[in-house]
Amino acid sequence: MVQNIIDVKNLSKSFDISSKEPGLKGTIKHFFKRQTKSLKVIKDISFEIKEGEIVGFLGANGAGKTTILKMLCGLIYPSEGSILVSGYLPFRRKENFLKNITLIMGQKQQLIWDLPPIESFYLNASIYDLDKFEAKKRIKKLSEMLEIDEELYIPVRKLSLGQRMKSELLAALIHEPNILFLDEPTLGLDINAQRNLRKFLQKYNKETNATICLTSHYMKDITSLCKRVICVHEGAISYDGKLDLLLKKLSPVKEILIVCRSEEDAIKLENSGFTVKNKIKNEITIKIENKSITSSLKTILNNFDIEDLFINEPPIDEVIGKVLIKKDYDI
Amino acid sequence: MISNLINRKIFTLLKVQYSNMLEYRVEIALWAISGIIPFFMLNIWTNNNLNESINISDTLLSRYFLCAFFVRQFSVVWVVFSFEEDSLMGKVSPYLIQPLNPFFRYFAQHLAEQITRFPFALIIAFFFFIFNPESIWIPNLGILLLSIVSTFLSFLIQFLIQSIVACLCFWTEKASSIERLLFIPTLFLSGLLAPVVSFPAYVKSWIYLTPFPYLIDFPANLLSGNETNISGGLIMQILWILILFPLFKKIWSEGTKKYTAMGS
Repeated sequence: MVQNIIDVKNLSKSFDISSKEPGLKGTIKHFFKRQTKSLKVIKDISFEIKEGEIVGFLGANGAGKTTILKMLCGLIYPSEGSILVSGYLPFRRKENFLKNITLIMGQKQQLIWDLPPIESFYLNASIYDLDKFEAKKRIKKLSEMLEIDEELYIPVRKLSLGQRMKSELLAALIHEPNILFLDEPTLGLDINAQRNLRKFLQKYNKETNATICLTSHYMKDITSLCKRVICVHEGAISYDGKLDLLLKKLSPVKEILIVCRSEEDAIKLENSGFTVKNKIKNEITIKIENKSITSSLKTILNNFDIEDLFINEPPIDEVIGKVLIKKDYDI
Repeated sequence: MISNLINRKIFTLLKVQYSNMLEYRVEIALWAISGIIPFFMLNIWTNNNLNESINISDTLLSRYFLCAFFVRQFSVVWVVFSFEEDSLMGKVSPYLIQPLNPFFRYFAQHLAEQITRFPFALIIAFFFFIFNPESIWIPNLGILLLSIVSTFLSFLIQFLIQSIVACLCFWTEKASSIERLLFIPTLFLSGLLAPVVSFPAYVKSWIYLTPFPYLIDFPANLLSGNETNISGGLIMQILWILILFPLFKKIWSEGTKKYTAMGS
């Protein structure tokens, strides 16, 4: 049986936020008396993650995804509830726990700006108690996986964003962590760089059975990496389960574009009881429920003279967008 | 075993930070030049014959200010500014989840900068001796070694004081303003502007209870060969480190609980 590697129970986090009224009067008032209020950004959430799982955290800006990741990796202290990651309380930041995890934040860097990445790699290797020989071996292996070579010897400031991100990944993975916390790792990368990064993460997960917790606003990251998603809405979990189940639930119908041989056939099809979205000359778009798609297509192909047929999946961004604004999804 | 590992980490950090500092050699040369306040003070003291009031010869006074310059070069600390920026910009977050306290990074940065500074400080001293040949002296090896130890202890005291202030970032975000308050007593009571011996007796007795005279005055007097209580000074330096270190650890452990990882 696969063990739970992350166990979160009734977790909450509050921040003290100070507010200021606009204008000079507000400024003076703010100077003498600060108005602070406690804002609960994470509200009593519970979930478990199994070893080797890749879980995507979805949510609108400010929903609390990053705060959850920061608590999971021990960066910030939870206000209430408990977290166990790999058997450790993250915030205690025990050496063995820290050697097991890594956190990668898109656009945030740990590489030394004026030196080539290789210097930061060896530095990280010594911080994680790797000897030079082992460090060399891992740098070679990871650089091959990430397809970087010459870039290792060029000062970080002269690298492109994509090259820098790959180097950041290498620096963050040199100690071969079992748990990866990735906060928008593809932010700002071009399409090819995004794809390469995703490929790398898949490969890393497959080869090391590492657990990956990921937040991203790029749906492609989520759909190509995560089987399971946790949707966060205003600090609470609105859905925790399989991504394909969520998609089926949210888009129970498919759109089918049918090109008929003649306009008469299209009119006949229009009046045959299917839900029609639109019709232009001999082209007609109908909506069919997922569960009856095979039988419906059989009926259409047997009874009408069809020239061509296209099945359109609803745009994933549109579907997921619905999750981000809803409080609860009961699947 | 543990100390070996820490040493290896510190050594690698030092190596990497030294390479980094070499990228900024021009800036470091300028910083070294900007530390020549003691020479201005020497000029004020000798031109106004102020040294007569404290019975120090011109030669000893010029040696004192040269040593004050050297001690300052190797004990200058800016960790509060680095940490404040890193903390506000969220740069400290990746370091916090590494098995090494981020202050070791800053510590290595400072040491690396001192190594880079060394040749520039020597060049400035060379020019000082050209203009003040009567001040040339060779301290004996024992005194030289004790002065190096004392200067390092002075650096440790300043590093710990600023690190404690830097940790206030977890509460105030602008800890450097508090450091600016500390800069005033550091400037006046450390011996950078005047040897502490020149202060009135009742003020001196209070000053010696603070860490400030052990930052510059004591190591500079030791190196320049002026009369000073060597064992007393070293004990006070160690005592201040023993007071400040647990204080730093406590404030660090409380502060990190307050960390909100802003900017990341």
